[in-house]
Amino acid sequence: MAGGITFTAVDSTKLATAEIFGRTIAELGAENPNIVCISPDLATSTKMADFLAKYPERFYNVGIAEQNMIGIAAGMAKSGLIPFASCFSVFASLRALDQVHTDVCYQNVNVKIIGTHGGTSFGQAGSTHHAIEDIGVIRPLVNMTVIVPADGIETANAVKAAAATPGPFYIRINRGFDNVVYSTPDYGFKVGKAVVMNEGTDLTIIACGSCVYQAMQAASMLKHDQGLSIRVLNMHTIKPIDREAVLAAVKETRKIITVEDHTVIGGLGSAVAEVVVEGGKACAFRKLGLQDKWSAIGLHEDLLAMHEIDAEGIVKNVLEVMKMDFEADEDWGDEV
Amino acid sequence: MALSKKEWFELETFAADLRDLTIDTVNWAGSGHWGGSSSSADIVTLIYRKFAKFDPKNPEDPDRDRVVVSKGHVGILLAPLFSLLGLIEKEQLKTFNLTGSKLGIHLDSNKVKGLDSSTGSLGHGSSLALGMALAGALKGQTYKTFLVLGDGECDEGSVWEAAMATSHFAKRGGKNVITIVDRNHNMIDGNTEDVMALEPFADKWKAFGFETVVVNGHDIPALAEAIERAYKGDGDKPYCIIADTIKGEGVSFAAGNYKWHYGALNEEKYNTAKADLAAFRAKRLERVNKEGK
Repeated sequence: MAGGITFTAVDSTKLATAEIFGRTIAELGAENPNIVCISPDLATSTKMADFLAKYPERFYNVGIAEQNMIGIAAGMAKSGLIPFASCFSVFASLRALDQVHTDVCYQNVNVKIIGTHGGTSFGQAGSTHHAIEDIGVIRPLVNMTVIVPADGIETANAVKAAAATPGPFYIRINRGFDNVVYSTPDYGFKVGKAVVMNEGTDLTIIACGSCVYQAMQAASMLKHDQGLSIRVLNMHTIKPIDREAVLAAVKETRKIITVEDHTVIGGLGSAVAEVVVEGGKACAFRKLGLQDKWSAIGLHEDLLAMHEIDAEGIVKNVLEVMKMDFEADEDWGDEV
Repeated sequence: MALSKKEWFELETFAADLRDLTIDTVNWAGSGHWGGSSSSADIVTLIYRKFAKFDPKNPEDPDRDRVVVSKGHVGILLAPLFSLLGLIEKEQLKTFNLTGSKLGIHLDSNKVKGLDSSTGSLGHGSSLALGMALAGALKGQTYKTFLVLGDGECDEGSVWEAAMATSHFAKRGGKNVITIVDRNHNMIDGNTEDVMALEPFADKWKAFGFETVVVNGHDIPALAEAIERAYKGDGDKPYCIIADTIKGEGVSFAAGNYKWHYGALNEEKYNTAKADLAAFRAKRLERVNKEGK
């Protein structure tokens, strides 16, 4: 981990997640002269302005041209720089997908894509600006690491890890403030390793991004009101996914609910389902997220509620899954 | 500038050898993109044999000039080119397109040493080249980045996003991109002006802020003069050379025929092509003998 960069829960409550990204990249820029930032007319929105103020010669505003941004980033990486290219997640994943696919992932170059305004966090902008398919679109790309941090502190950790690890990264963060999940950056963040936020034996909630906080709230409510012991995993890295943590959840809790601010097709839920099915063991399973429907216009917290990915929605679904009838297989000796 | 007779002769010979080895590779592979390969043959000959600071013995030299061939479907030209430069064994060309080969229609920069970028999805090379040029300038390196575009791929909007940015960032490195468009007038479905009109093409490049020149892309001395001017790079603008070429040049049944964007050879066609190319070589060398000084 890069030295000297630490954020506290206080910072996290005072700063929007993108602002923490902005400060992190500015500080990383001081340590590594090869780090450059590229923005398609979004230096302000994506909070790259700190970096711009400190290192104007290493900042490139390409205008409203996301494809060009990613292509330039790939060319720069081919020549030894570490470009951070940032724009709204929906445009990074869809508008510039061909460049992400061919220029970045096929060539396996050191480009870091920071997708902002992830999920429905830019709620009032409507579906043109919601990123509800980005994880599903980016996840199949060979060589790509996909991270969806739970809050500002985790964003700082993810950005530091990306800067220090060669290869393509896609980090998806939200617009505005995230509920604080971590009070310190020193909780053992590791790419590809889920964080157990809450131990439990009755059911596991696997969440990413803003849904981690909601899942923790839900677990707390379920404990107090129902006496249920709910495990909560923060699956910040969607790819490579922590298979061990998923299989342990299948084995130890036999019930899994995934929660994401994303369509239920192709994202975290699908990634977890792939692992579960290959594990070959019966497991009650439900994916929460956008159920193959466009979202609506509204405040982010209202949209989370609308899609039952807020604490109350998760509680309701947990209670339903707890009643699901499935045949438990006690013989783990025949595990594939 | 004047190429010496000797240098001109050597460049013509290299271009002729390149076309020969390309048609051989098309024959070994059974089929290939002969049309756009032959139209680009003189352009890449001049880049690699005359202008680019590029040592095949040290293809990863960080200070080398970069070359991005955005019309990536001419792998069947670039592989023979790299073979003539000593980067690929000639025998390896016989594996072109075969299962498991390192060589195929679109070359992979992670498999072919000396290839600065994988290309294939059209309209990507301009941004890649600009990124390389910006990186060089930021690091205080003086290398140039050659960008070879197909004319048909200029239908892609991304070409113009990057063109705008290349001029905009001229002082930050964009000026070190030397754009050469292979204007062979043909694409898969026909003439560019029928499929999607590009003209007034030079005016478009000028309007995007480029010092633009149109030159015969098969006239080695004229093309060399244009590239030399771009390489020297007087003024504030990046340079764009529109190289007017003939798709399939040098082979009677393919020259100017859009249907020869991609095609297959049988024995008869291969023999005709080889005979045509021999005559084409002789004709061009005769000009060197007549006009060279």
